[in-house]
Amino acid sequence: MTVLQIVFLVTGFVTLLAGVMVVASPKLVHAALWLIVSLAGVAVLFVLLNANFLAVVQVVVYIGAIAILIIFAVMLTRRVMADTGPTHNPSWWLALISALVLLGGLLALILQVPAFAQAGPTAQPAADSGLSDLGTALVDVNRFLLPFEVASVLLLAALIGAMAIARPADAAEEGGE
Amino acid sequence: MIPLSWYLILSALLFCVGAFGVLARRNAVGILMGIELMLNAVNLNLVAFWRYLTPGLIAGQVFTLIVFAVAASEASVGLALIISIYRRRSTVVVDEINLMKW
Repeated sequence: MTVLQIVFLVTGFVTLLAGVMVVASPKLVHAALWLIVSLAGVAVLFVLLNANFLAVVQVVVYIGAIAILIIFAVMLTRRVMADTGPTHNPSWWLALISALVLLGGLLALILQVPAFAQAGPTAQPAADSGLSDLGTALVDVNRFLLPFEVASVLLLAALIGAMAIARPADAAEEGGE
Repeated sequence: MIPLSWYLILSALLFCVGAFGVLARRNAVGILMGIELMLNAVNLNLVAFWRYLTPGLIAGQVFTLIVFAVAASEASVGLALIISIYRRRSTVVVDEINLMKW
């Protein structure tokens, strides 16, 4: 067992444990903090996969933006949650059974992947060309310019939509500020 | 070297943990957290397949970046919806948000 394998196993265990705590923790703020641990574990796995840029984006976008946004939402809505009883459905065991069935199906599918037993990557990506290739691919008309622009429009629509939805009702009636 | 199967199994487990969270949580914010876990598992799968099968093509990383953008949009709009519902109905428990349930 090599060092990389040990790193993978430790990181994977921490990620999974944090994920279980996210869905099981009775306090929602604790769940949000465990979510950060889980996202950081996935960032480490990205580094193990030679996707350094994606690891940085994972830290910036997921941990820096989404997790903090979730913590804000938890804090803005927590007063009510203190006295509304259990944090899980009474029929949570049905959800558990569904998740286990889904896991079984996924594992059965994964076993049929031709490269399932592949012990290692086929070829090393060039050491430095990955990021510049990614950058040019995103603005090349013949490659991924269209998905890139669609993602930009989606982000703009989400920005405007989030502002319009979260605005108080009386501000909408006054027609603005 | 780390076999590809380890990544696939780990992401399958993570996806199912997230799915359990989506199905079992009563709080809408908790459901969003489960969705984030599921999206992360998908990203892990995409990057693992890119690294092991087609390291020459950059498509795997581009796809992951698009998923990042979609996840950010989804989180911002979802949390705005939750805050709006909280402001109008003073609850974020999905059992009690039943105005449109027929």
